[in-house]
Parts: sequence; structure tokens; C-alpha cells
Amino acid sequence: MYVVIAGGGKVGANVARSLMRLGHEVTLIEQRRDRFEHLEDEFEHQVQRGDATELFVLERAGMARPPDIMLALTGDDEDNMVICQLAKERYGVPKVIARVNDPRNQAHFDLLGISPTICATSSIMALVEHEVPEHDLIHLLELRKENLEIVEVQIDRDSPSAGKRVEGLKLPEGSRLISVMRDGKAEIAVGSTTLEAGDQVLAILEPGKEDELRRVLLRR
Amino acid sequence: MKALIIGCGRVGSTIALQLLKEGWEVTVIDENEDALSRLGENWPGTFLVGHGMDTDVLREAGVEDMDALVASTDGDNTNIVIGQVAQKRFGIQCVVARILDPARADFYAARGLQTVSPTKTAIDTLMEAVRACEVRPVGTLSL
Repeated sequence: MYVVIAGGGKVGANVARSLMRLGHEVTLIEQRRDRFEHLEDEFEHQVQRGDATELFVLERAGMARPPDIMLALTGDDEDNMVICQLAKERYGVPKVIARVNDPRNQAHFDLLGISPTICATSSIMALVEHEVPEHDLIHLLELRKENLEIVEVQIDRDSPSAGKRVEGLKLPEGSRLISVMRDGKAEIAVGSTTLEAGDQVLAILEPGKEDELRRVLLRR
Repeated sequence: MKALIIGCGRVGSTIALQLLKEGWEVTVIDENEDALSRLGENWPGTFLVGHGMDTDVLREAGVEDMDALVASTDGDNTNIVIGQVAQKRFGIQCVVARILDPARADFYAARGLQTVSPTKTAIDTLMEAVRACEVRPVGTLSL
């Protein structure tokens, strides 16, 4: 497999090293002179110096072949978006993966059709939600193309939804309960399902509706 | 008519002042609050401090109601992304992005973004000037 990587920081350099060890052909592009010189000692001709948002730099890195995959791993979100657009739409690279540095830019990557993306901050937050019980609503899965997400909500004694049937809940528009886990057993949530304290409820909803759902199920 | 100018450097600030003079309602966004001084002593328009990619800042600026948006920050790729967000997310009809690199300007122009490349303009103008020298007969300069 031929892989071009933009950005030779910690992430890019380690990904390059790992791919090379697996026997893949890799070209790494790094703009900063100090970093490039350091990388050149290790990667020799497999690292090139330049701005990976410049067409001639991409072409020098073999973009015309084209590579099987382009990884945009710089520390700049705008650069990563442009690199992916150029790779996909100008050079016909079949697959791109982009790093998102600021999670607030995720929506821009989605808007421009750049997928998949990886964001360290979002991954850490998802783990924190999962590990720290204070978080009463846990994000389990993001379905970005569908613009939906699956969350888990823990019902407790004080929850207004405890003792109520699903059909009687005023769930926010754009949300549905999927299943109820009780005593280690999961059941599909239907209209007649009655929620109880201790239930773990899975729900599917449009991003941004979390607070409304929380209010209906937990009143917080 | 309402215009949003993102990036208040030499280019952005001059455009903002010019549009204001022509009767536009102008809002300017820049990351640096010192950039406000480029708009003169009493800037009557709106000035917001923030990043042009920050959707909250764009909404605060009223991006949805804008007739025109100019992306004139000092970063080509920032202008490219802001321009596309303005078009695709906020549906602004008239979006102009300043892109110094002629190659990227051409690529995005072909994809429906109105781009202006000062580098390309400079090259063309300089070439014109050089070609004009060539045909001028020697000896007509009176010093």
C-alpha cells in the first residue's frame, strides 16, 4: 500500500514509522525545517520538506500515482481540510483520514465531506464520560453520515421518568428510545415498556438534543 | 445590504471602510482586537473579536442575514474553509475568498468558490509592465 502523510509531528512521525514497519511504502511531508532535518536522519528519502497544501509539494510526493490513502495529520485543521479536499477531488485518492485538532471544527470537516476523522479531545471526553459516573448521559456512538448518535442514560429513583411508560414520555422530536437494560437483560423499548429506577436506557437522537432528552428522562 | 468581512488586515479593513462609504451595513471579525484601529477612530459598524471559523462568533455576527462575505484573513486555507462554510452552511450567495496561491485559487474557483488571487494579479500586472518596456524604443527617454 502507498501512503502519503502530511504532518511530521509526534502523530505523523509515529504513524509513518508504524506503517513502514508493516512493510508499506510511505512518504511523509513536513514543513518546518527543524522537524524535517530531524526526521530526515531517520526516514531519509521517505520524508520531504514542504507545505502539503501546495499542489507542487503534493505532486512531488507522488500524488499523481495516486496513493491508496492520504493521512492529513498536521496540527492545523484548515490545512487538514484543504489537504483532504485536494487529495480526493483533484488527485482521486480513494481514501483520506483527517486529524481534528479543535473539536469545534468537527462540523466543518463533516460539512466538507471529509471522513473519517479522528479527534483526540473528543476521544478523551468520551472515555471520561464513560469512566466517571457523574456523567448521567454517555455518548456511545456517533453516526456522522446519518447525523444521529446513540447515548446511554441511567435512570435513578429521582428521575421523573421512573415508573412511566415510554409512550407517555414527551421525548424531544428527533429522538427515540432503543432498549432498556434491567438486571443484566436488555429489551427493545416499545410504547408499553415501563421505565424503572436502575434501568440503563439506550436512545438514538440528533446531536444537540441531549439536554432535552436529559430533562425528560432525568430532569437535570 | 449587509456585508461580513473576516480578517481586518490591510485588505479587509480597506474593503470594510469602502463598503461602508457605499452605504453597506458592515460587520468585521478579527482575532486581534488591535485590528479595530485599522478602521479609524469612530468605526460605526460592528467589530467582533474571534476566529472566523468559530460558528458561535459567526452567528453572533449575524452570518445568516448577510448578503456578502469576504474572507480576507492572512491564511489561504482559513479563507478557503470560511468561504465554503459561508456558502454551504449559511447559504450566503456572494462569497469572496482571498487566496494568495494561484494554484489553490484556481482549484477552488472551479468548484464554485469566488476566489481572488492577489499573487496572480501581481504576476499579470508585472508581466504587462515588463512587456510594455520591451516595445518602447530606446532613446526616447529625455533625462
